[in-house]
Amino acid sequence: MEKRKMGWKELPDADSIEAGTSAEFKTGDWRSQRPVFHGENCIHCLTCWVVCPDAAILVEDGKVVGYDYDHCKGCGICANECPINKAKGKEDISKRPITMEDEKNFKNDI
Amino acid sequence: MADKKLTVARTGNEAMAEAMRQINPDVVAAYPITPATEIAQIFAGFVADGLVDTEFVTVESEHSAMSATIGAAAAGGRCMTATSSQGLMLMAEMLPIASALRLPIVMPEVNRTISAPINIHCDHSDTMFVRDSGWMQVYCEDAQEAYDSVLMGIKIAEKVRLPMIVSTDGFIISHCMANMDLIDDRDVKDYIGKYKPQTWLLNPEKKITIGCLDLQDYYFEHKMVAIDAMRNAKSVIKECCEEFGEKFGRKYGFFDTYKMEDAEVAILAMGSLAGTAKVVVDNMRKTGRKAGLIKMRVFRPFPADELARAVSGLKALAIMDRSDAMSGLEGPLAVETKAALYDSAGKPKIHSYVYGLGGRDVQISEIENVYKDICDFAQAKKKFGENVTYLGVRE
Repeated sequence: MEKRKMGWKELPDADSIEAGTSAEFKTGDWRSQRPVFHGENCIHCLTCWVVCPDAAILVEDGKVVGYDYDHCKGCGICANECPINKAKGKEDISKRPITMEDEKNFKNDI
Repeated sequence: MADKKLTVARTGNEAMAEAMRQINPDVVAAYPITPATEIAQIFAGFVADGLVDTEFVTVESEHSAMSATIGAAAAGGRCMTATSSQGLMLMAEMLPIASALRLPIVMPEVNRTISAPINIHCDHSDTMFVRDSGWMQVYCEDAQEAYDSVLMGIKIAEKVRLPMIVSTDGFIISHCMANMDLIDDRDVKDYIGKYKPQTWLLNPEKKITIGCLDLQDYYFEHKMVAIDAMRNAKSVIKECCEEFGEKFGRKYGFFDTYKMEDAEVAILAMGSLAGTAKVVVDNMRKTGRKAGLIKMRVFRPFPADELARAVSGLKALAIMDRSDAMSGLEGPLAVETKAALYDSAGKPKIHSYVYGLGGRDVQISEIENVYKDICDFAQAKKKFGENVTYLGVRE
């Protein structure tokens, strides 16, 4: 059954709604490329956390632990800006903390 | 209250800046434009002299001025700006955002025509261009009314929770000095009180999101809230005008009437023309013509029922528009007044005039001819070829 929608007299003030509703909007299924985190290569500089437009880098105790795949759109900015990717990854892809992989290889996860 | 009368000589711009000083807004963001420049310039002087606590933001355009004012108002401040003509055009994109977000911004405006051709002088084309933006609009006859209307505007806007434009006629009022009475600073402070927004972005107790994407399923409902606010604004304006009259002795309404009690013909006009028309009404009365004047003050919300009652019983009405709606019909005041009278019994014969575009001066003799013509029109001695006459344009 369709959820009943509010009438204009029931609406909250002006067009304001409670904050933080974007968390409910799962944008992870927009992804065609997925960033994959390789912790053993990471220096935890948090550059990816700063540049991620969707706050989808998960950090615990000042260390990157992975991705919030419900909200990561797969833009690849993290992989592009990662200083280790830029330095060591050029010579040896196995040294990259972040690799971009085809989302279709993970489709069962979504 | 109101016993400490201070009579001063002020231009319209000085009067509006003085009102802003007494209001002491939290934020003013403004950009200069003739003939409204002085308002923000004089106010900036008050800021520099430490007479107000306002955060004055000098911005790079009127679009930014309105955007900054909206942002500051949404954050919870009492915020103002001022502009004119092309500046208002550049703000146009932001104006419906202020009204839909229910932000009670009060903006002094100086009526100047809009390009092209480029011209800095008075007509009402600028504010009429944004008449459907969800802002309340008040047109003032002189510096006193502009000063009072800005003060009342704060009270009305914050109660209705819609923004308001208070305008004067460019140069005619904005730059001409007239006697007026100021209200004591403390009395103004008591009158306007402290601003208490219902919701605001800088409130950590109740975090909100505003201006979010809102498509087919909710846009209509959200817009309806602003539409309803404008419909309810009339009762608030009425209350606030009455309260102001009781406190400070100057009475205002949606429109003011002059010698309308027994009038048979009348002019409906806005802004500075009303002053000229009052002189003409007196002259007409001396020649035995029962002439009257209705000076429209509040154009948004449009006081349709009240206006219909005020003109019922007149034999003929001349509606004076200082702008053309470019609709192939008439000026906006004429079109809306006629719409207001559609269901009214006893409506008068109406002829409308578009006058004074680009600051073209209007002489007493021209207004006398308008009264004479509508007297003849009332008695069926005169017929007009069209519904509208373009007064004073060379053929």
